Amino acid sequence: MFRIPPQALFGQLLLGLINGAFYALLSLGLAVIFGLLNIVNFAHGAFYMMGAFVAWFLLQYAGLGYWWALLIAPMAVGILGLVLERTLLRRLQGLDHLYGLLLTFGLALVVQGLFQNQYGSSGQPYDIPPALAGGRNLGFMFLPNYRAWVVLFSLAVCLGTWFVIERTKLGAYLRAATENATLVRAFGVDVPRLITLTYGFGVALAGLAGVLAAPIFQVSPLMGANLIIVVFAVVVVGGMGSILGAIVTGFLLGLVEGFTKVFYPEASNTVIFVIMAVVLVVRPAGLFGRAA
Amino acid sequence: MATAERAVALSGVATSASSSRHLYVAGAVMAGLLVLAPYVVYPVFLMKALCFALFACAFNLLIGYTGLVSFGHAAFLGSAGYASAYAAKAWGWPPELAILFGVGTAAIIGLLVGALAIRRQGIYFAMITLALAQMLYFFCLQAPAITGGEDGIQAVPRGRLLGFLDLQQTMTLYFVVLVIFLAGFLLIYRTIHSPFGQVLKSIRENEPRAVSLGYETDRYKLLAFVLSAALSGLAGGTKAIVFQLASLTDVHWTMSGEVVLTTLLGGMGTVLGPVVGAFVVVSLENYLAQLGSWVTVVQGAIFILCVLAFRRGLVGELGRLLGRPL
Repeated sequence: MFRIPPQALFGQLLLGLINGAFYALLSLGLAVIFGLLNIVNFAHGAFYMMGAFVAWFLLQYAGLGYWWALLIAPMAVGILGLVLERTLLRRLQGLDHLYGLLLTFGLALVVQGLFQNQYGSSGQPYDIPPALAGGRNLGFMFLPNYRAWVVLFSLAVCLGTWFVIERTKLGAYLRAATENATLVRAFGVDVPRLITLTYGFGVALAGLAGVLAAPIFQVSPLMGANLIIVVFAVVVVGGMGSILGAIVTGFLLGLVEGFTKVFYPEASNTVIFVIMAVVLVVRPAGLFGRAA
Repeated sequence: MATAERAVALSGVATSASSSRHLYVAGAVMAGLLVLAPYVVYPVFLMKALCFALFACAFNLLIGYTGLVSFGHAAFLGSAGYASAYAAKAWGWPPELAILFGVGTAAIIGLLVGALAIRRQGIYFAMITLALAQMLYFFCLQAPAITGGEDGIQAVPRGRLLGFLDLQQTMTLYFVVLVIFLAGFLLIYRTIHSPFGQVLKSIRENEPRAVSLGYETDRYKLLAFVLSAALSGLAGGTKAIVFQLASLTDVHWTMSGEVVLTTLLGGMGTVLGPVVGAFVVVSLENYLAQLGSWVTVVQGAIFILCVLAFRRGLVGELGRLLGRPL
């Protein structure tokens, strides 16, 4: 067990951290959306996939590289989210949670099916931007620059989101609307617009994660479908009540997955689900959740 | 508690005596049509639809009558398929025992999944069942010694039912499947209209109130979950014998989504809805099979349409027009 070369160990841990970054970005978006809209956004994986595809389109058809994609793709995905919220999700207000899940599941199927028709199930390669190519030798491991960038950048985005929600006036409105939307509306805050923007923002986070993922994994129509199920498990473990909880749980579970890949690769697919089961037995409300 | 239970039971008897005659008629018409159908329609298609209908009815017991949204029901259909196929092929068990073995396997997995999932409510329940089903999917993918991995278990022998019914005969097989389906259907019907079923409905309507009346709702929910899993297993085991195949398709999350779609389209919380939904969905898949991924797109569009425009589903809307629950 201890004969594993440090190169392999740290390499896998880094990959785990990167997966953790995606889990954190996605579960953060899910938590924000759930807080205000009471909808579990099943289409989150599809938005993540679309983020990656927008980056690929930009490069393929407009010649715009990674940095532009990092800016444009989340915005494009976010705007699509705004439109969908206004046209479809808004109609579900006051209905059981179930319908939000079913509607977004349907959306995910439509989007995924359309992309699959166009691009098949195989992946399209997307190159690492030249500025982040290569890597550095840290002595105990080789650190590819791009991977370091993904981890640091997503951490910064997560913490920025946390800051906006927990420490700014806009965030205070948002939290207040989560607690009691009617009351906040009575104070003159445009809650419906807040809801639309929140959905757009949560979905844009997924799009951003997609762009970050494009150079690491291939850009494929199915890239979000399996990820979203793992992210659901992450959300169950962390509980959707806390923003910081979502971030910490995401990174933590990514690391655990990386560890498992080193020591017992067969279980690396399932370890997060096992942890979820254990958490359900020991602490049913989730690590950071409040009892319902 | 005893009086409350009796009161609920009595009201259940009263409503079923006065208002379910039309249901008997509808059920009899359905059974009659299914007896005649194989002389008109391709029997293999009908058998597929029947297996799927039983699966959807079992699922409806949870989503429609208990208010539990399981997004991982493929786990029970698929695991039972594998168990039955393995028992029939590797151990040479006769079909009736193989199917029963599948039912038992699904029930045990249902007990484990259900015990974990009922620890959380509402939307978390859906996410937990989905995640646990995905875990099972990975197990099946990584245990090729039992499941055959990507190939699945192929060429499962159909054998002779009870030693004398040769299931190689398509018509014999069809009527066996029909009997299995009707038995499962009647069991679900009885469950819904029993005192136990009334308690399930009260949990659906208002769980805290059911708790305050003294019902241990967790035990009722778990029992309903295991029953639903076992009946899904009956569908899965039968399907494996009919198609002589158990594969990863049946444990994949798309299958869990499909059964949700079927039930939603037919009508959640209606007795006949899942059956109608199953026939529509299976025919749709048959016609769209050449179009590849368009099936997914169409299914997604139906989801969106159902949720936005008619949440009662086909049978639910029909029942509303007739002014009677179907």
